[in-house]
Amino acid sequence: MKKTMTSIREEFPVLDQQVYGHDLIYFDNAATTQKPRSVIDAVSGYYEKDNSNVHRGIHALSHRATEAYEAARARAAAFIGAGSEKEIVFTRGTTEAINLVASSWCNRYLKPGDRILLTEMEHHSNLVPWQLAAERTGAELVFVPVTGDEGLLQLDRLDALLAGNVKLFAFTHISNALGTINPVAELCRRARDQGVVTLVDAAQSVGHAPLDVSGIGCDFLAFSGHKMCGPTGIGALYGRRDLLEALPPYHGGGEMIRKVDLHRSEWKGVPHKFEAGTPHISGAIGLHAAMDYLDEIGRKAIYSHDRELGEYAAERLRSLRNLRLLGPPAERAGIASFHLPNVHAHDVVSFADRRGLALRGGHHCTQPLMKRLGLESTVRASFYIYNTKEEIDRFVEVIEEIQAFFG
Amino acid sequence: MQDIADLYQAVILDHNRRPRNFGEMENPDRVAVGDNPVCGDHYTVFLQMDGDRIREITFHGAGCAISKASASVMTSMLKGKTLAEIKALYSDFHHLVTSGEIDEGNLSDLSAFAGVHQFPARIKCATLSWHAALNAAERPGEEPEPVTTE
Repeated sequence: MKKTMTSIREEFPVLDQQVYGHDLIYFDNAATTQKPRSVIDAVSGYYEKDNSNVHRGIHALSHRATEAYEAARARAAAFIGAGSEKEIVFTRGTTEAINLVASSWCNRYLKPGDRILLTEMEHHSNLVPWQLAAERTGAELVFVPVTGDEGLLQLDRLDALLAGNVKLFAFTHISNALGTINPVAELCRRARDQGVVTLVDAAQSVGHAPLDVSGIGCDFLAFSGHKMCGPTGIGALYGRRDLLEALPPYHGGGEMIRKVDLHRSEWKGVPHKFEAGTPHISGAIGLHAAMDYLDEIGRKAIYSHDRELGEYAAERLRSLRNLRLLGPPAERAGIASFHLPNVHAHDVVSFADRRGLALRGGHHCTQPLMKRLGLESTVRASFYIYNTKEEIDRFVEVIEEIQAFFG
Repeated sequence: MQDIADLYQAVILDHNRRPRNFGEMENPDRVAVGDNPVCGDHYTVFLQMDGDRIREITFHGAGCAISKASASVMTSMLKGKTLAEIKALYSDFHHLVTSGEIDEGNLSDLSAFAGVHQFPARIKCATLSWHAALNAAERPGEEPEPVTTE
């Protein structure tokens, strides 16, 4: 990393605090990351200097706001290696991006008996929209199984599954519950070989790893700003331009139309036909600043830092007795999810909270996966650029204290 | 500063490790389920009644230390009580876990839950089994819909 750890930590104002008399250790990054000063300043700077609505006003502020909003789109295209900014639709986040495809694409192309392939490790946001689509269209859902505690996809089953009348395959890049890193390029290639359209849920990967949609070869990719140092309420759908152009709009309203009559309307071209209503302008501008910030550190450096912390945490946790560590034996993202047979996840999290340690306990919006593993919940620690091995050492001490307390 | 020991009193830790009246009942008069879908806590409460008086009560299921200990203490206190007495006791208990104030002398082991009020997210853990028990005691006949404390 070009920046030092000290300088990175200083750029995140929220980290400089005590919680219940202890230095805050923030290990809930898979839920949302903290925001650096440059992102906070970009958002407040917009409201202080340029606030206006986009794409309509002829005055100076509206022009500036429009320029900044569209510059964020071009930045997002470059950030993920899209061929054109027309392939970037701003959404409220990953969930809305997936819903857009599950609605517009599925309504146009699916018929009864068609299949949508998912995996058993999906977040509810990459499951429930497809359940709704299946209900509307008469399509069926099928799933790539997960191996168990190691949390790997059973890829030997993939080709046979894809061959079974599957039209679309949607899967996560990095599992939020287990830290599994899926071989996305291979999955997309195997789907493409059988003419299956692909959607990658990149919520956990886009701010943590180098990512290039042309290299991955996906048709759609969804991500959220708030899991990559940006604001909440902004995210994007990448879609191959020819696919986006063929789709009907998702929402109707202002901003997305070219001409409106009482009984019918014509809409704008991509991507604006998918963005009805006043968009989250400050969010897009904050996201732009977040992408600049991450590239200043370097996503390769972030990826190796996060994975080093993930491996280190896994190694430390494996040495504890009475602890069931989940997730892959190697190639782990910066996520360590585990189960203590004698202590419920919420007791762990309440206890850790009083030691200044922010963890997550529960099903992580992956109830089917928990059921598959025979668990109600796990405790999850998830890491990011500002976390350190010293914090992991402290975290392991607290886990040992918890085991002794409830033992 | 409140410490974690305020929440996890010795009585709670003991009931969590060795829950009383824990198990399914063979011939219950009434059964009710309590679910907390947010954290996955799930309990079933079994009752045998003499009129509106509880003769036997057991519970079964899984959840955090607070919810399990609360169910355990509750079952050991409700045996022999009438519906009106249960409601009065629950009202005192609810006041305790939301305010931390101990008004009455009849709370007994329930007063161990006074610290819960400092942890607002955990109040529903403490009250889950009570909702199920009241639901079962109030509604004779068919098994009621599960209660949830979302």
